[in-house]
This record gives sequence, C-alpha cells and structure tokens, in this order.
Amino acid sequence: MSLALSIGLLAAAGVYLVLQRGMIRIILGFVLLTHAVNLLIIAAGGVARRNAPFFGGDTSQAADPLPQAFVLTAIVIAFAITVVLATFAVVGRNDDDTEAGAEAEAGAAPRTPIATAGDES
Amino acid sequence: MIDIIALVEALLPMFVGAPLLIGGVLLVLPRLARLRQVLGMVSLLAVLAGAIVLVALTSDGTVLVHQIGLWPGGVSIPFVADSFSALILAVAAVVATASFQYLIASGEARSASIASFVLILIGGVAGALLTADLFNLFVFIEVMLLPSYGLLVILSRRGNMAGSRLYVIINLLASTLFLAGVGLIYAVQGTVNLAELAGTGSDPATAIATALCLAAIAVKAAVFPVHGWLARAYSSTSPAVAALFSALHTKVAVYIVYRISAVIFEGDGVWMTAIMVVASLTLVVGAFAALGEREIRPLLVFQMISGIGFILIGIALFTPLGLTAGIAYMVHHMIVMGALLLVASAIEQTYGSGRLDRVAGLRNREPLLTAVFIISALSLAGLPPFSGFVAKYTLVLASADAGVVVVAGLLIITSLVALMSMMRVWADMFNGKRHTDVEVLAAESRIRSRRDLFDSDAVDADEVAAEAAQAVEQHAPPRGITATEEDPHGHRGTRIPIRLIVPALILAALSVALGFGGEFLIQLAEQASSALLNTSAYVEAVIG
Repeated sequence: MSLALSIGLLAAAGVYLVLQRGMIRIILGFVLLTHAVNLLIIAAGGVARRNAPFFGGDTSQAADPLPQAFVLTAIVIAFAITVVLATFAVVGRNDDDTEAGAEAEAGAAPRTPIATAGDES
Repeated sequence: MIDIIALVEALLPMFVGAPLLIGGVLLVLPRLARLRQVLGMVSLLAVLAGAIVLVALTSDGTVLVHQIGLWPGGVSIPFVADSFSALILAVAAVVATASFQYLIASGEARSASIASFVLILIGGVAGALLTADLFNLFVFIEVMLLPSYGLLVILSRRGNMAGSRLYVIINLLASTLFLAGVGLIYAVQGTVNLAELAGTGSDPATAIATALCLAAIAVKAAVFPVHGWLARAYSSTSPAVAALFSALHTKVAVYIVYRISAVIFEGDGVWMTAIMVVASLTLVVGAFAALGEREIRPLLVFQMISGIGFILIGIALFTPLGLTAGIAYMVHHMIVMGALLLVASAIEQTYGSGRLDRVAGLRNREPLLTAVFIISALSLAGLPPFSGFVAKYTLVLASADAGVVVVAGLLIITSLVALMSMMRVWADMFNGKRHTDVEVLAAESRIRSRRDLFDSDAVDADEVAAEAAQAVEQHAPPRGITATEEDPHGHRGTRIPIRLIVPALILAALSVALGFGGEFLIQLAEQASSALLNTSAYVEAVIG
C-alpha cells in the first residue's frame, strides 16, 4: 500500500512539474516521474520475497532479480537524459516559455530579410 | 558449404554493436573529417548490405535468432530477424545512407560528432527493430534518442532551442510512459519477452498494460491527437536531419505498433477498431493541416503524419492484404518522404528560406531538382507509375475488401488533398516569377553557413549585397535557357549544386523502380505480412 501511495504521489508531483514552463521545473518533474516508474517496476516484481538466492538463502523466498536489473538500467538512462536536459536548461536560458522567454522568442522568430533599396518585389 | 544461416544468426548483434562501436571510435578520433565521413558512409553501407542479406535469407519465412550469451530461449535477451524487421531495417538503412550523403555534400557532416551520432542512431534503430524483448526495446529507443538530441541541437541554425527542447521533453515523457507499460506487463505476465507474450492480449489486464505501451509509442509515431510536436520539432533543426529522422524515428515507432499489435493482440478486433479510428483521424488531420502551412518543411511533416495514418490502416485491417498494403505503404513512404525532405533541404539551404512565398520560379532554373520533386510529389499523391500508386491502390483495395468502405473513401479523398498541397508547393515555389530579393536571401544564407551564424544573428547588409552581386556575375545561366523577363537576373546567379540533389535523386529513382517493379514491392510486403500473421514461427524460433 505504501508503495502504491508513493508511486501515486511521485507521479502526481512529477506531472504537475512537467506541465510548468521553466526548464528546471520540468527537469525536476522528470526526476520524480522516473522515480515513480522505477518504484512501479519494483512493485511489479513483488516485494513480499526479499531473500538473496545464494549464501544459504531460501530460494523460494528469493527476491526477483529481473525488475532490479530493469530499474538499474532505467536509472542510468534517466540520469544520462537528465544531464542532457540540464544542458538545455543552461544553454537555452531564453527558451523558457515564461514571460521573459516569450519576449526573447518573439524577437527572434520573424525572419526579416535584409532589405536593400529597390529590393521590394 | 558453410551454414550461412548459422553464421548470420551469430552475427546478428553486430547490426547494433558495430555501428555503436565505430560511432564511439569516430568520436575520439583526432580531427580527421574526411576519414570520419568515409568510415561513416562505409559503415552505413555495410548495415545496408547486411540488411539486404537478411531480407534474402528471411524471404522464405525463416526466422533468424541469436540468444545473447547463448542462454536458453525464454531466459536470454534475443535478437530476432524475420522478413518484416529485415525489410524495414533495409529501407531505413537506404534513407539513412542518402541523408548522410546529403549531410556530407552540404558540409554539415564536417562537425566532429555528426558521423558518430548518425552511426549510433542507426545502431539504435537496428536494435529496436531486431530485439524481441520489450525492456530491451525501451533501451534501444533511448539509444536512438540520445544521438538525435545531439543532431537536433548541433545542426540547428535557429538561435533558440525551443524546438529541440520540445522534442526531448515529448520523447522523454513517451519513453517514461512506455517504461511504465513494460513494468505493468511484467507485473501481469512475469516476462517481457515478446515471444512469450504472444497471444496474451486476450487477458484484459495484459491488454491494458500493452495498450499503455502502444499509447506511448503512438506519441513517438506522431499519431493524432498527439502529433502536434512533430512539425515544430522537425522544423527547428537542419532539414537533412528531418529527412534522416522521418525514416527512422516515426517509422520505428510504427514498426513497434505493428509488431506489438500482431504478436500480443494477434489482431484482436476491438483493439484494431480503436487503431482504425485513430489512424483514420491521423491521415485526415495530417493532410488538411498540410494545406494550411506556409513553409515547405512543416507542410511535408504534416504530410508525413498523414502517411503514418495510411500505414496504420494496414495493421488496423489485419487481413493478409491489409498488412501487405500497410507494409508496402510504409516502404514507399519512407523512401518518398526522404526524397521530398531532401528536396526541401536543398532548396532551404541554397536559397535561405523554405517559405512558399519567398522562393519561386525554380522550374526554369533547376531542371534536375524539379524532376525529382515532380516524381516524389506525384508518388506521394499516389499516381502511377510510381511506388505510391502501387501502395495506395493495394491499401484502398484492402480496405474495400475488408468491408470498411468509409476508410477506402477517406484514403482516396486524402490522396487528393495530398495532391493539392503538393500543387501548392509547385505553384508557389517551382512556378511563377523569381522574386527580386532571391539573390540577397541566398547570399545571406551562404554567409551565415560560412561563418556558422544562427538565423537570428545579424549580417552586414553591404557584404550581403556584394555577395549577391558576385553570384549573379559568376554563374552563367544553365544551358538551353535564354534570358527572359521571367527572371530578374536573366537566369544568372545562385543555383542548387548537383551534389545536393543526388541523394534525393537516388531515393526518387528508387520510388520509380518500385513503381514499375510493383510486383516486387508487393512480394516483399507479402513476405513481411505473413511473418506478422503467423507468429508461431517467430515464437518457436525465439523460445525454441
């Protein structure tokens, strides 16, 4: 139950943050969302059995190693992409769809060709 | 004779491993631009050759499997090539090769990381097409996406990165959703091996978990109503990258929809009806949205969205003829869309604008480009003797055959709308009188690309004027064309270099060849569809 609640909470907070305009908030939102999904995968493997399958552990009570491998992989990938996103946040500081960002974009968007005398067609 | 099948099976992971490895090595090579380009091209051609070998080997229904680490089937992570994945891999490799050739010709491939990114991308595509494990599929989708982020940003000449950012965020969200779906499938079935999941779609819990995966993939395939991001993201990067992505990203997503629907749902009626509705909406909305665009690239991207609807109709029908038609359309669409986007690239990069009202009168000046455009545009609209006719005709026939006459009608109407938007491009860009400021725009674009400036950076007006005057002075009119009043510069000045047209020409020629050799195209698609219809061979080969 606590697992389900944490997944729900993380997902809700993550979705809320991803829907914000600033890049940093979106990144934090994705961090929370990937945590929610990771917990979901752990839950998918079942959490009742927790023993190790070696060193005399009871194999019938051994934890499922596959979801753990999944989560490990997913964490690595999520980390890599978070770094990419953070780069976007740093390099494209003016791209935020916030008011300051929108102004910058509005200034850049219309591509005005260089008008020389007599070039108007 | 050496057992060639066993040999190829053992080499199957090399489709992923070799491009990744070479891509990584190229990244650390010292500044040898030429070597990077040559090695990149050779590797892409090798992937293409390998994919053609796979198509030949799987043509009789053989399924090639390699269990990684030689673990027993069901435990291992398998790589599988059947006639469907082999065919799509081959076509993807063709378009990737043409796009990379364009990147070399336009000088964009000189950047240190481009060759590596393209190779890593194709490695990820091969992995996503060949893997038979859903979690592995997620990993390979990410492998595809990471170099794409790099390609988008590095080759973009927009001053802001809003488009690239949108692309990353949408794709990341879709990937996260897909991962959640994979987790749910594991929760219900205890496995993510596609072969072991065969036919489990009849269980409601599995069906819902799988539907979550399909929904996530639909975002990546830009299916209505989650298609809006595609036009903005693809318009913000270099046009050649858009051509590269058009054949790889959305089409891999469509491939996954085909694979999952066929293997897990086994063409279950309810789900296929849902896909049918979404696909019909996609093809109509895409075609009409294209009509309203004012730039060539978003227009083509919306045509691409419409085409994705066409392809998905094939799986939604789930009859032998329907699947054949859908796969044939997919092959045709990848090639023709690549050709059209490369034509758009050549125009945009030479004339400095892709706006329909900024470029005009290409018909007289660029005979080769005009020919390529006409072939691809008519092929897209579905006129004979091009590949579009074969694919669309079969698709309409299949829908009528399956009793969904409404969809058959929609397909025909949408084709007319597609023809209309192609006519718009023709009327605005190819026909008409050349604008007086065309040389100025082109000169500005040349200066920008020479100096690596963003589109929003200012360029000195005098310098642009000098460059424009020089271009008019230096370039004589093409042979056989005399000066007329149609052209303010007497047909002198900027022209698109042949080397930028050749990649599109190759793809257009392929479309013509597949149109005349329609039987061959349908035969390839038929083999692929029989692999989808009869999943037992797939399951047997993977689990053993």
